[in-house]
Amino acid sequence: MSTTPLSDRFAIDRRKFLTRSSLAASLLGLGHALPAWARGSHGGTMARKGSDVLSGEHLTMTVADSSFATASRHGPAVTVNGTLPGPLLRLREGQNLVVDLENNSSMGTSIHWHGLLVPFLMDGVPGVTMAAVEPGERFRYEFPIRQAGTYWWHAHTLQEPMGHYGPIIIDPANGDPHQVDRDYVVMLSDWSPMDPHVLMKKLKVGEAPFNFQKTTATDDYPLSGAERRMWARMRMMPTDISDVSAPLYSYLLNGHGPEDGLEFAFNPGERVRLRFINGAAMTFFNVRIPGLPMKVIAADGQDVRPIEVDEFQIGNAETYDVIVEPTGADAFAIVAEAMDRSGMGVGMLASRPGARADVPLLRDPPLLTMADMGMNHGSTADSMDHGGMDHGAMEGMDTGSSGAASGTMDRSMDMDSMSMRDTSLLPPSVKVGPGVDMVSMNPVDRMGDPGIGLADVGHRVLNYRQLVSANMNPDMRRPTRLKEIHLTGNMERYMWSFDGQKFSAVTDDPIRFAFNERVRVKLVNDTMMAHPIHLHGHFFELVNGAPHGHQPLKHTVIVQPGGSAQFDLTANEPGDWAFHCHLIYHMHNGMFQVVTVRPLQGGEG
Amino acid sequence: MRAATLLLFPLAVLPSMAIAQDHQHGAQAPKESEATAPSHTPTEPSAGDGSGMDHDTMDHGTMDHSAMNHGTMGHGTPDRGMMEHGPMGHSGMEHSAMPDDTPIPQGPPPPDAFEGPAFAADAFVGAEKMAASRASVVREVSGLPVFWFQADRAEYRAREGKDGYLWDVQGYYGGDLDKFWFKSEGEGSFGEKPEAAEVQGLWSHAIGPWWDLQVGARQDLAGPERTYAVVGVQGLAPYLFEVDTAAFLSTKGDLTARIEAELDQRITQRLILQPRVELNLSAQDIPELGIGAGLDTAEVGLRLRYEFAREFAPYLGIEQEWKLGGSADYARLLGEGTSATNFVIGVRFWF
Ligand SMILES: [Cu+2]
Repeated sequence: MSTTPLSDRFAIDRRKFLTRSSLAASLLGLGHALPAWARGSHGGTMARKGSDVLSGEHLTMTVADSSFATASRHGPAVTVNGTLPGPLLRLREGQNLVVDLENNSSMGTSIHWHGLLVPFLMDGVPGVTMAAVEPGERFRYEFPIRQAGTYWWHAHTLQEPMGHYGPIIIDPANGDPHQVDRDYVVMLSDWSPMDPHVLMKKLKVGEAPFNFQKTTATDDYPLSGAERRMWARMRMMPTDISDVSAPLYSYLLNGHGPEDGLEFAFNPGERVRLRFINGAAMTFFNVRIPGLPMKVIAADGQDVRPIEVDEFQIGNAETYDVIVEPTGADAFAIVAEAMDRSGMGVGMLASRPGARADVPLLRDPPLLTMADMGMNHGSTADSMDHGGMDHGAMEGMDTGSSGAASGTMDRSMDMDSMSMRDTSLLPPSVKVGPGVDMVSMNPVDRMGDPGIGLADVGHRVLNYRQLVSANMNPDMRRPTRLKEIHLTGNMERYMWSFDGQKFSAVTDDPIRFAFNERVRVKLVNDTMMAHPIHLHGHFFELVNGAPHGHQPLKHTVIVQPGGSAQFDLTANEPGDWAFHCHLIYHMHNGMFQVVTVRPLQGGEG
Repeated sequence: MRAATLLLFPLAVLPSMAIAQDHQHGAQAPKESEATAPSHTPTEPSAGDGSGMDHDTMDHGTMDHSAMNHGTMGHGTPDRGMMEHGPMGHSGMEHSAMPDDTPIPQGPPPPDAFEGPAFAADAFVGAEKMAASRASVVREVSGLPVFWFQADRAEYRAREGKDGYLWDVQGYYGGDLDKFWFKSEGEGSFGEKPEAAEVQGLWSHAIGPWWDLQVGARQDLAGPERTYAVVGVQGLAPYLFEVDTAAFLSTKGDLTARIEAELDQRITQRLILQPRVELNLSAQDIPELGIGAGLDTAEVGLRLRYEFAREFAPYLGIEQEWKLGGSADYARLLGEGTSATNFVIGVRFWF
């Protein structure tokens, strides 16, 4: 299952000899035997790339300080059981699981079982369900495995961006309906040698310090002078796509950078299941396998009716399982392009060791559009179609025009007369202050949007409206209550929040649900960034127009810039649950809340 | 209550007894390289309802959206727009019984939702332990205070007469809304006493998304010693001008003001042209400082910097200074020039 051994076996055939000792370390598993000079600066051993497989009912996971290197980058990392990513947990639906977490690292740690239905005390969120496991301490997780599918685990601390994450596969109790010949995990992540605290500080005090794709006097962006002035007038950048990008990040597939020659073997004609997990701290990826259509069969671990696509965007913490049937070429490139197109992760589907397919060039960086400003009109994506754009605030705008995705000049002129921060549009639940730099004027549902930069790529791209649960959902009650939550922020100050209030302001005022309550949650994005919002301990159903009873189940939903998304939730897991943006530096700057489900007795007493 | 809860989470609270169990999984688990065994189930549901529908429906759906959207728009609130997507009933998908489409009311949580403990983990983990953990997480995930120091200008100034130097630094320590802000500026000619040098200590409070109100004190270190109360506003204006304005009331009762504005115009990702304007104003003549009422001095500068790193950028530039009005008169009386052109070389850095 793990892909590491395969690539290791073929490593000798690689044309490029890897820098430093990572090759030797990963080949021989002798990282600990390396001389000090080869270990990098962080102490500990060099992380091995790729996951070992753990299965059974009693596992031990040991966190340690480590070093990591890819291409010419090296720096500190955190490993679990010596690898990056950490071990793949291969479990079976219905089994029990005991995990002893041992912390040999220098920081407090925890493991959160992302997407798993667990008793809340086992959910692994320091400050919410447990206290951090301090260096030298151990913690026992113990819970039954109640589901099947593709999931992952990660630290709920700043160890996560350093490598503390790994995949989970849970085999169905009654056999897998998807007959495949091969089954691989493709865990996407971003790694930088910069300490997360330092990185976060630079985001806070710098002016988009990691973005080297800004608009300039000499760029090639298709923006008119009027549009450029409009963006400047709003004090925002149309290139604010990702806060952290390739100048700092190496994009990894199963811990392997593009130069590391990761291979996934296949024989022509075989059915290959690829389980994509976005374990990145800050990166959305556009995933393609040029020349090979992908049939999406599961989202966030839950089966969906198969959909054939050529590309999909995967937000942080989401998972998609696809089936491909490679044939007609020796090799196919698995390309995970960062959403801002500053870099990519690459692996090879290879029919023989060393087989290589052409890796496409990075495409031009995308630009934010009128829709991303919460002004939905004239967009080509069907994102705009559903929202009723002629309501309220939009009156007087020229909605009749259609065409180019980003505003034409006359549209931007229209915009000039409008406020990007009309706080009267906000409900009273949103606290208006310096932390809110924008109010979406017309936050339409954007579930039909394929994601930033993918509206016009000329091939089939997945969107949320295409997801249809393969199985009948258990609770088909109509929600009795609508809960609206605004995603708010200030790019300039790098402040992020829900309803204008960061976590410190609402620690004693959680989002409350009654046990077994059926609630519709509407997320409204009052920022120009896409946020992957994750609710712990539950699946929710995207309200995406799917047939009755077949709304897709997810644990993480991307809310597109300036738009909205809705989900239906049955709050049937009592306890306290983290609810947050999965961009780690958004979470760590306030976009975090607790959802309580009461009474704890499960409604029985 | 507690007993009932315990029943609900038996696994969570079981004593940890299994220390002696085997720990082999980690070290010994065989590395599976290739695919797992094919799954046991021979049936392939997607062949039936799957491939039958996936392609068509998808494209179909996408196309129908545009066809539908006006109808949908007619329905009212944006919330419901997409709800009604279902029953619009294009073919291919089973838009069976769509539930009623009356709006779902917003409202407070039911009373049940307020039952029980404020923090569910307290009873199991220990209230004290959780309180401490919660406090540290609240701090961590709500934006830790940060320290920032920036030398916006630290430069050598070549000009007629003696060459000079200038520094203009600032920084802060604090959280999102409240910060301690400090600033220092000074300049002089080599071989002479500094012409001007000052430090400011300010409390800075966010008064809007882009603006901070700053209140504090300024101490002049060169020339006649003077102390001022400072009130200012600093922030980012439309069109991305960095603006810093302040009024200064000295212990002698003099009122002066300063307005600075600069703009970063990127030529490339690393090459940046920065026009800069500074105006000093005075409410009255201050003869001992050589300041006349009205517009006192004006500076216009243009600096071209190259960001080797975002944090480190050497620059070249030119700056023109004028003394104006009464200040120019004072200068002439002293036999000084009323304007100067500086060719500057310097470095901008922050950390
Ligand atoms: Cu999570």
